[in-house]
Amino acid sequence: MAIPLSYNIRNLAVRKTTTVMTALGIALTVAVLLAAFALVDGLRVAFESSGHPLQILLTRKGSDSELSSNFARTVFNELKYKQGIARSAKGEPLASLEMVTVINLVSQEFPEGSNINVRGLTPIGLEMREDMTLKQGRWFTPGRREVTIGNSVAKRFPDAQIGKKLKFGRGEWDVVGVFESPQLARNSEILSDLNQAASDFERTDVLSSALIRATDAVAHQALINDLGYDTRLNVLARSEKDYFEMQTSSGDLVRYLGTFVALIMAIGSCFAAMNTMYAAVARRSKEIGTLRILGFSRRAILASFLLESILLSLLGGLFGILLVLPLSGITTGIGSSVTFAEVAFQLHVSPQIMLKGMVFALFMGAFGGFLPAFSAARKQILVALRQV
Amino acid sequence: MRFLTLIVKNCLRNRRRSFLTIFSLSISLCLLGVMAALYYALFFGAPPTAQARRAVTRHKVSIVFPMPIYYREQIRKVRGVEEVAIWQWYGGAYRDSRDQRNFFPRLAVEADRLFKIYLDYQIPDEQKQAFIRDPAGCILGRSLADRFNFKVGDKILIKGDIFPFDLDLTVRGIYSSEESNEDTLWFNFKYLENALRNSSRLAAGTFTILATDAADIPRISKEVDELFANAPAPTRTESEYSFGLSFLSFLGNIKVILMSICGAVTFTILLISANTMAMSVRERVREVGVLKTLGFQSSTIMGMILAESAIIALIGGVVGLSIAQVLCIGIRQGPAIVDQTKTLTIQPPVLLALLGLSMIIGISSAIVPAWNASRTNIIDALRFTD
Repeated sequence: MAIPLSYNIRNLAVRKTTTVMTALGIALTVAVLLAAFALVDGLRVAFESSGHPLQILLTRKGSDSELSSNFARTVFNELKYKQGIARSAKGEPLASLEMVTVINLVSQEFPEGSNINVRGLTPIGLEMREDMTLKQGRWFTPGRREVTIGNSVAKRFPDAQIGKKLKFGRGEWDVVGVFESPQLARNSEILSDLNQAASDFERTDVLSSALIRATDAVAHQALINDLGYDTRLNVLARSEKDYFEMQTSSGDLVRYLGTFVALIMAIGSCFAAMNTMYAAVARRSKEIGTLRILGFSRRAILASFLLESILLSLLGGLFGILLVLPLSGITTGIGSSVTFAEVAFQLHVSPQIMLKGMVFALFMGAFGGFLPAFSAARKQILVALRQV
Repeated sequence: MRFLTLIVKNCLRNRRRSFLTIFSLSISLCLLGVMAALYYALFFGAPPTAQARRAVTRHKVSIVFPMPIYYREQIRKVRGVEEVAIWQWYGGAYRDSRDQRNFFPRLAVEADRLFKIYLDYQIPDEQKQAFIRDPAGCILGRSLADRFNFKVGDKILIKGDIFPFDLDLTVRGIYSSEESNEDTLWFNFKYLENALRNSSRLAAGTFTILATDAADIPRISKEVDELFANAPAPTRTESEYSFGLSFLSFLGNIKVILMSICGAVTFTILLISANTMAMSVRERVREVGVLKTLGFQSSTIMGMILAESAIIALIGGVVGLSIAQVLCIGIRQGPAIVDQTKTLTIQPPVLLALLGLSMIIGISSAIVPAWNASRTNIIDALRFTD
């Protein structure tokens, strides 16, 4: 027969201070792990929400990112009437030639400045990003030195505000509007007119990339194959979704660091839990003896103490989750491993992450509690009863 | 100090507990040590001697924008500048570029000037001369060469992405360095010149400056930037050390991340230590009663308990920091994300601060139990059963 759970709960409650301190130690360990996970998950959400499933990004073969890519206008003109490319309401092909560059802006978090993507595009490019809505102001006017900035940029950089001017290329650009998109990675960009930007950077003939939209999923794959294998064009064709997902690797270093630190801390917390449980076993020697006399088996004692340790770590896991919950929603930026520009994202504590934290805590409790529980179960009845 | 024996005996009374405590303290302190060493190296450290004299000029807006080649001669004329060399980031793809393991920096540099500026590069003289003479030559860092098993005389093919041509290079030498990273491939700038003849793309990515005196770098930086303040490509000059750090922000807010880890670890140590002391004092309330009957004063008893906790924490600190120092050696051998990790070690001020911290934690975690124990009156203490 098993020893009732209430016995363990009461014991934890009686030793309030010890219980709370051990649980807090476990909580901090869990919190470190979860904070790293929340960061990486926020990044994943930002990138996975981005990209249109039917759109294809074309860059120069060999270029991982749009920033390092060169895309000639002539190549674009050659491919924009390809079969399988969708048309707009006006009958134009949904293909957009774009130029991407970066500028350096200073934020509160990074006083040294971070790089922000500036994208020059034509009206058709805006049309292909129908998910973007104006939040404030208006879109840039083609032919003018105007920019419309993404919501995350407006939030994070005091210099990028409506009515202010940004200095890049050959001069100043007016900020005329702020846009917002549910495709979160887009919000970290600054948009301007393609031809204005291209002439500023002396790139009128060679731009960065092209975005095209396929009519359906079959045409999407066909276009990727067709364009990718055309050696004359020398372009790399990737689904826009893949391009964004690839950038999730930007969080790798933080994830490795967080996991490494949490694992080391977990060893420490395991030993602390072990300490607590050994003390509990030593103090309750007489009780153990009594329980044995009452007929509880060694196995029941082992299970009971192990359970108590697990309960303790459960409490720690809960505390840990409570500690990281306030982090959820905090916005921070990280340099994308692909574009070298900052992507803003929100830390995201998802239920899966909480579950991972709980499991992590339970493992600590189980490991820390096993040896003490074992020693409790092994006690001889008479010796146990005689112990002071 | 009369009671030292007693204190040590107390430390050893429950060996398993002391061992577990010291072990978990040392694990946490080891972690704290590595993080603090990293933080110190990144944000307070002084650059190694050869590097201290170097500065880097880049385009003010972003490193991806080039600067005209003729800037070099103007920078060269600034007082205190001993040598200037052009760098250009080539990028490109080696083998399958989708595999991150095939990535390493490939930079074009003026071959003869490289060695005048990188005084810490160790390379046999004939290899050096062979590299300078060969416009299609390159040299590699030791760890890069080991990674791909490159040897002098090998051919390396790199596909261009930023630049519209491919590189066909011959390894002319392998350098090693005590302080700079050994993961770079340097190829002769003449290669770029030949390939980009008359193209507007022939430009400088950055200029690396060697100053006669490290102390002059702030002044040189200011003067260089003033030279080009109104030029089409304004510049930003800073010491090579802080230039390297500016790449860190790509990895996220490292400062905040490191600080929060340190904070969490410190607090964990405090909890572990406090927990142990609370348990250990509670077990000997009766003993405290006996000591009091023997005439020990409350303050002595309190001091003894505090000292015991301090000793345990200090042992944990010493063990943990020794492990941390070993870990630092491991990190030094590993791939360098920034040059700072090449010389990572726990500096004496950090070491002292951390040992002090572990002692403070030891003492402060014992204050409450020690205070309670020293204040219980004899009768209650003797009657106490746990």
